[in-house]
Amino acid sequence: MRKVLLLLLLALVAVATTAQAETLKLLTWKGYAPKELVDKFQAETGIAVEVTYSNNEEMIAKLRATRGAGFDLAQPSQDRISSVQEEFGLYQPVDFSKIQAELFIPSMLEAVKKNTLVGGKSFAVPFCWGTSGLIVNADKAAGATSFKALLDPQFEGRVSYRLKRPTLIAMGFALGYDPFALYADPAAYQAMLDKIEQTLIAAKPLVKNYWANGDALLESMRSGEVFVAMAWDNGGWKLHAENPAIDFVAPSEGALGWIDTFAIPAKADNVEAAYKWINFMLRPENAAVFTSAENTPTASKDANAHVVADVRANFERSFPQATIDNIKWYPPVPASLEAMEGKVLDKIKAAK
Amino acid sequence: MRRARLGFWLFLAPVLAWLVLLIVLPHLDLLVMSLRSGSGSRASWTLQNYANFFGEPIYWLTFVRTAMYSVITTAITFLLAMPVAFYIAKVARVRLQGFLLTLLLLPFWVSELVRIYGWMILLRESGVVNFALLKLGLADAPVEMLYNDATMIMGLVYTSMLFMVVPLVSAVESLDDSLIEAAHDLGAGRAAIWWRIILPHCKPGITSGAIVVFMLCLGNYLTPNLMGGKNSLWFTEQIYNQFIASFNWNQGAAFGFLLLALSSAIIWIGLKITGQKLGEVAS
Repeated sequence: MRKVLLLLLLALVAVATTAQAETLKLLTWKGYAPKELVDKFQAETGIAVEVTYSNNEEMIAKLRATRGAGFDLAQPSQDRISSVQEEFGLYQPVDFSKIQAELFIPSMLEAVKKNTLVGGKSFAVPFCWGTSGLIVNADKAAGATSFKALLDPQFEGRVSYRLKRPTLIAMGFALGYDPFALYADPAAYQAMLDKIEQTLIAAKPLVKNYWANGDALLESMRSGEVFVAMAWDNGGWKLHAENPAIDFVAPSEGALGWIDTFAIPAKADNVEAAYKWINFMLRPENAAVFTSAENTPTASKDANAHVVADVRANFERSFPQATIDNIKWYPPVPASLEAMEGKVLDKIKAAK
Repeated sequence: MRRARLGFWLFLAPVLAWLVLLIVLPHLDLLVMSLRSGSGSRASWTLQNYANFFGEPIYWLTFVRTAMYSVITTAITFLLAMPVAFYIAKVARVRLQGFLLTLLLLPFWVSELVRIYGWMILLRESGVVNFALLKLGLADAPVEMLYNDATMIMGLVYTSMLFMVVPLVSAVESLDDSLIEAAHDLGAGRAAIWWRIILPHCKPGITSGAIVVFMLCLGNYLTPNLMGGKNSLWFTEQIYNQFIASFNWNQGAAFGFLLLALSSAIIWIGLKITGQKLGEVAS
């Protein structure tokens, strides 16, 4: 009798879980799943989207802890996929028969395919892209057009940047290196890092703070506490709408270009829903909703026509063709570099 | 007898399950991780992760710094909390006591993050305090009060205050008033009463408060990171960096264990110096 009851109970649990609404567990960046689109997706497909916000490093750590389980879809940057895939096998290869390739900008789709190639298979498709460069308050710091402005004594106490790898890369370019060319040569890369370490420690008195939170940085710029910062383009455009003196400036060394992707974790439960979401987000009218809200262009081929005018204006103001051609796109990061960079960042933070 | 035993184990089982599953097992996993290098099939046993800590000045200096600031914070917290606790326990009327303790508790109803951001809004260059100073003519230009060690210690003291006051209040409460009166009658001065009667009596309370505050500071992540700004590399942040930024879980795990071992050692030394036993403090 007891056994029968137990079986019944188990059956009931099984029925209850399948009857529950289908969900897509999405691990992504803040703003990448606007409520409008989540609702629309649910209305269309009946799939509810459960969103967890994160960043590149935490995404990798989370997936590594579960060996690629717990989420159906993640959105790491394209340069952070191949090395972790080789080492930890966090993702599953993309099944391109389920991707509507005609929705994508062909060159971007190809670039991401190539950069996430591990063992002959690609592990991601592009979603959106942007750059980091300078946000400058032109009233207070006119003429800051190079990453060197972050080291300029005339802005003492009015400079802010993150202590993260993009800053090291930017400083590498500012000091005349080509960090991406040195990726393959750890010894030369270390030499460059040593020089950057000296430079940033010497420049420490100029720094207001090392920002960690994007909103907090925007607040410091807005209140006039910070004149020059290294940050993402969309933050600069957001401030430009409030105060025309503040704007994003693509530095003369070239803005650093990133592409965030869709990658499916190795042990995803609902792979079908993941592909549905990818194709849904890349549809021009949906991609445009995201771009208009977040000031971030996507890999969707025909979205531009649907984007609101002032967002397009931002883009055209900051990125004339020559500036776009000068963007330095992150190539895939070899695994060993990150430990080297981590130590340098610790040393800079600890230095007096 | 047998029934009582069964009951005992029945009630103990959830606690044991909790301890073993959520505390002992993960720590064993971390311990194994800290003794290995690499991951997956390429892993091998090594002590290198521990050697790195002592070989690389940046790591152990950060720990020394963190421990030193935690000791300073603990001392300041004690100096501030002792008069408060004495007032609550001995001077205030009974009804006022509850009210005062609630006042101390109140800030803990919001999360630490919110409290820290509150301080940041007050102290930042364009913040409330600076605004008031400028309006009152006490300053000519706004002063940056955030992002230095003094502010960070203030933040830490603020977060740990309650954990010092509560054990002190119960320690002071248990002190018989007649002892103080007798000392007065026999001609002892205020300083002598504090030094010879009140403080020795409160020793266990002081020690337990100090241990809690010290451990909380050492393990704090938010306050040093947000209020300390650009110079304040805290040891917990280094652990976070190893795990998250460098993907070096083995090194991070080793740091975690070093934090556990070294902080326990510091507390052990503290107990030895003041001539106390952990058992007495806990009782």
